[in-house]
Amino acid sequence: MPQLVKMVAQRLALGLLTLFVVSLIIFLGVELLPGDLTQAILGQAATPETVAAFRRELGLDLPPHTRYLEWLGDIVQGDLGRSLANGREISELISWRLYNTLFLAAIAAVIAVPLALVLGVMAALYRNSLFDRIVNVSTLTSISFPEFFVAYILILFLSVNAGWFPSISNVGSEMPFWDRVYRCILPALTLTLVVVAHMMRMTRAAIINLLASPYIEMANLKGLSRTRIIVRHALPNALAPIINVIVINLAYLVVGVVVVEVVFVYPGMGQLLVDSVSKRDIPVVQSTSMFFAGAFVLLNLLADMLAIVTNPRLLHPK
Amino acid sequence: MKSIIKLFIEAPWSARFGFVVIFVYIVLAAFAPVLTPYGESQIVADAFEPWGGGYLFGTDNLGRDMFTRLIFGGRNTIGIAFLTTMLAFLVGGVAGFIAATLGGWMDQLLGRLVDVMMAIPTLIFALLILTITGTSIPVLIVVIALLDSTRVFRLARAVAMNIVVMDYVEAAKLRGEGLWWIIWREVLPNAMPPLVAEFGLRFCFVFLFISALSFLGLGIQPPTADWGSMVRDNATLITYGDITPLLPAGAIALLTVAVNFVVDFFLHKTSGLRDEH
Repeated sequence: MPQLVKMVAQRLALGLLTLFVVSLIIFLGVELLPGDLTQAILGQAATPETVAAFRRELGLDLPPHTRYLEWLGDIVQGDLGRSLANGREISELISWRLYNTLFLAAIAAVIAVPLALVLGVMAALYRNSLFDRIVNVSTLTSISFPEFFVAYILILFLSVNAGWFPSISNVGSEMPFWDRVYRCILPALTLTLVVVAHMMRMTRAAIINLLASPYIEMANLKGLSRTRIIVRHALPNALAPIINVIVINLAYLVVGVVVVEVVFVYPGMGQLLVDSVSKRDIPVVQSTSMFFAGAFVLLNLLADMLAIVTNPRLLHPK
Repeated sequence: MKSIIKLFIEAPWSARFGFVVIFVYIVLAAFAPVLTPYGESQIVADAFEPWGGGYLFGTDNLGRDMFTRLIFGGRNTIGIAFLTTMLAFLVGGVAGFIAATLGGWMDQLLGRLVDVMMAIPTLIFALLILTITGTSIPVLIVVIALLDSTRVFRLARAVAMNIVVMDYVEAAKLRGEGLWWIIWREVLPNAMPPLVAEFGLRFCFVFLFISALSFLGLGIQPPTADWGSMVRDNATLITYGDITPLLPAGAIALLTVAVNFVVDFFLHKTSGLRDEH
């Protein structure tokens, strides 16, 4: 048991170190910027005196490491600074968008994870059948499609032709829950199609890998049904790699929302990031990238830890 | 030439389909100026003309011929993605081989650097850098190639690790051959098959990535034609049931599917790898 604790603690320390380095990169990236913030705000016409005064006001005359520590300290306390474009508090800009993004990712996950598991188990159960081949070819195809292609095809068929769902997911903060879900269906479906393929293929591969092991042969010789062998004997042992790939795909979901949000004009973090990049609104880009990178690192960390905790073989390294 | 035809005949239908599609794309891209009736950013009519009547696929949001833009867009997007992938393989491959051949602190240094770069999602990293540097095609190529080279590094290093322990590499080292000679003459030829397959996959990834950036308006900038921004510019048409914006998007999808089919076939062929056990 102490070995387990040690391994988890190691992963945790490594994850925190990564977060630290990520914050350093995000901060330093802006330091290397040609020109500087004051010019971006005051414009070219500002006199040297106003520039100097403004630099003092923003604290830009301090050495970089002091500013990095202050910036990090402010972020940890939830003070993200102000947007250059409209002067609003970034934390205010982000908070409800963050909720929207997580909401969308959650709906996509709720549809995608069970679907991928069921399809994966069925493909393993009926492997090399027509069903398996169809699922395989269609997942290979959907992996290679750009997200916006999937999104516009869904819009064309489900929104324009059939008229079932709205093509623009403009959710408001006061909207009732189910109304919100209804407006999120198309973007969630797009995300689902993008991630299901990978998860389903891994589930199938993980189960088929196990089918050659002696205990499966034993169960086979006892005369158990194929469904029972796969669901009761193979699936629990294949759980570790499956959980791993699910969590990695969840991490992908949180980041993958960027393009989908833009297609559906969904007011989330991705939309904010893209807008701020084109306006070169650096403080907002810094904060949103920090959020995305943080979510990505934390979910990957979670995947690693779950892999350790659910796989007994990893607990006893030789 | 004979062996290429033989390879084509023995390939399954999916790979044959892939070969044909890639060939057609290359021809279209190479002969773009000859095949197109108008100039790349020449305004020929009103915006959003319907299909037919001199404009095969109608005109786009600024009244430029859609068919012309499609072919030039393919030429630009494929060309830039190809250059980027080449650069990524040059940087990542060389770094991976060096890490594997030298080992020790060099391996550690490069390995940790790549770990850190891979900890940040590629799209977010790219957006962060592009905010700072601004978008221009050379910057785009270098940034994406550097980010993508981390994946190439991982594979090149893993493949080379198995090669540098071979007797013939040991012999070359004892003969006193230099680092570059060993990499060029001993490691590279033996590492080719997995790297070639990976090249196809990385190309798909880079191609999709550039298209996504352009779709977001942060990649290839107007008036240069490219498939991602063409989808973005004409997206409003979809709400009227017009499928024109799906043409560039479908062109992207078709090429990535084709490359994937070919890579799949190639992997099966070189490794004898089979899906079923």
